[in-house]
Amino acid sequence: MSSAANRSPSEAVLRAKDLGRIIAGKTILNDISFQVQTGELLGIVGASGSGKSSLLRLLDRLDEPTSGTVYLDGVDYRQLPPQELRRRVGMVMQRPFLFPGDVATNLRFGPAQRKEAVPEEEITRLLERVGLAGFATQEVSVLSGGEQQRVSLARTLANRPEVLLLDEPTSALDEQSKLGIEELVGTLVRDHGLTCVMVTHDRDQARRMCKRVIVLEAGQLVQSGLTMEVLSA
Amino acid sequence: MLKSLFSSEISLGLAQAFIASLIALAVILLARRRNIHLEGDAAVALFRGIVQIVAVGSVLALLLRAPRWSSVFLLAGMVVAAGSISAKRAKNLPGALKISTYSIAAGAGLVTAIMTWAGVIDTAITSLIPVGSMIIANAMNTNGLALNRFRSEVLAHTGEIETALALGATPQATIGGYAETSIHSSLIPAIDNLRSLGIVWIPGLMTGMLLSGARPLYAAIYQFVVIAMILASSGLTSLLSITMIQAQAFSKADQLVLKGAE
Repeated sequence: MSSAANRSPSEAVLRAKDLGRIIAGKTILNDISFQVQTGELLGIVGASGSGKSSLLRLLDRLDEPTSGTVYLDGVDYRQLPPQELRRRVGMVMQRPFLFPGDVATNLRFGPAQRKEAVPEEEITRLLERVGLAGFATQEVSVLSGGEQQRVSLARTLANRPEVLLLDEPTSALDEQSKLGIEELVGTLVRDHGLTCVMVTHDRDQARRMCKRVIVLEAGQLVQSGLTMEVLSA
Repeated sequence: MLKSLFSSEISLGLAQAFIASLIALAVILLARRRNIHLEGDAAVALFRGIVQIVAVGSVLALLLRAPRWSSVFLLAGMVVAAGSISAKRAKNLPGALKISTYSIAAGAGLVTAIMTWAGVIDTAITSLIPVGSMIIANAMNTNGLALNRFRSEVLAHTGEIETALALGATPQATIGGYAETSIHSSLIPAIDNLRSLGIVWIPGLMTGMLLSGARPLYAAIYQFVVIAMILASSGLTSLLSITMIQAQAFSKADQLVLKGAE
């Protein structure tokens, strides 16, 4: 957290350089380079199968790039222990995959991996932040899809990430829940200075949420720039 | 009925094998009607089974005159074959063949060695080979079950495992529960065998001892000894196998590499 706090807003916190991934001879991503500034919400836009989620997985090193690398705060992420990298670059999956138990247990999962306890006040604060005040003792099995996605977001935030990766976090939600998550992510970026990279296939969503986007097509980065200009059509 | 039709032991045995295979094939055809296709696997298994067991019977007949130490080579060959058969139950698991062979060798080998050293298993080829093969075969089955279950568990929980990794968990922390489930479920047959011993089934070894004139009480106790040895070797095999395969499921960068088709 400290390095993020000391960073100036114009500095690139995350920089992808010549990223590529080939699986069984098939090119999934090819030569992708871009950077993410501190405190911005960058959108990754593209049709299904364009490589958006694959790119996000490479950013969190859940898969290994075949070529290129990613720099976190100027450090090649291959030099960081995976656990530290994934603590600093948090990822919210398309589906929440909550662990059995109550909401608080889920929120404590990440810090518990480093033997860190999360005090009750912190749980309360995180849940308030995602609009789920009073949900700490709720069993996750009884939550709605939107609530589960909020818990998933709070669980990642409990790790105090410097960068948040969001993989189509609203794709499985109804319209109302979707707008709620959009507003929540917007607030986290605007008011809390969180740096976000969000994958979406929904261009309208990208226009609503992201100031800057990159566009993927068949694993290639074909456009990047201000959302207003890139997605103007 | 068959005994009156066949005068020689060999032709009687072949006729008995034919009838047993026919019953097995009937069950397979019954399964086929419910769209459960076992015919390919089962036909090959039946054919292989008869060829292999007749071959081993012939080898045993020769070995009866061979020195005692030669049984070590035969048992080692069985371990290699068991590793290969068992590893096939672990499709896509990297290193499954090596891990299966090592685990069966360690699990079955250690228990057989200790029991032979203690004098529980006689070093005579006629004793060591049948008992040793029973231990190896059961270790093979347990290993296959464990690897197969482990693979299924990981594939069914890829999302949960990667979510945990993304939250900073170590591979061991993400997969430990599934590994335990795999070990536990692989040992269910061995535990149930021990539980049902004498009530549901009287194993072949005891039957053979009784037929060859051993006292029923000693035959019963010795059968327990063998089933307990099977549980011990199966447990050790499963434990080793799953411990080793866990490491293979992840890359050095703690990425889950055991996946379905990407």
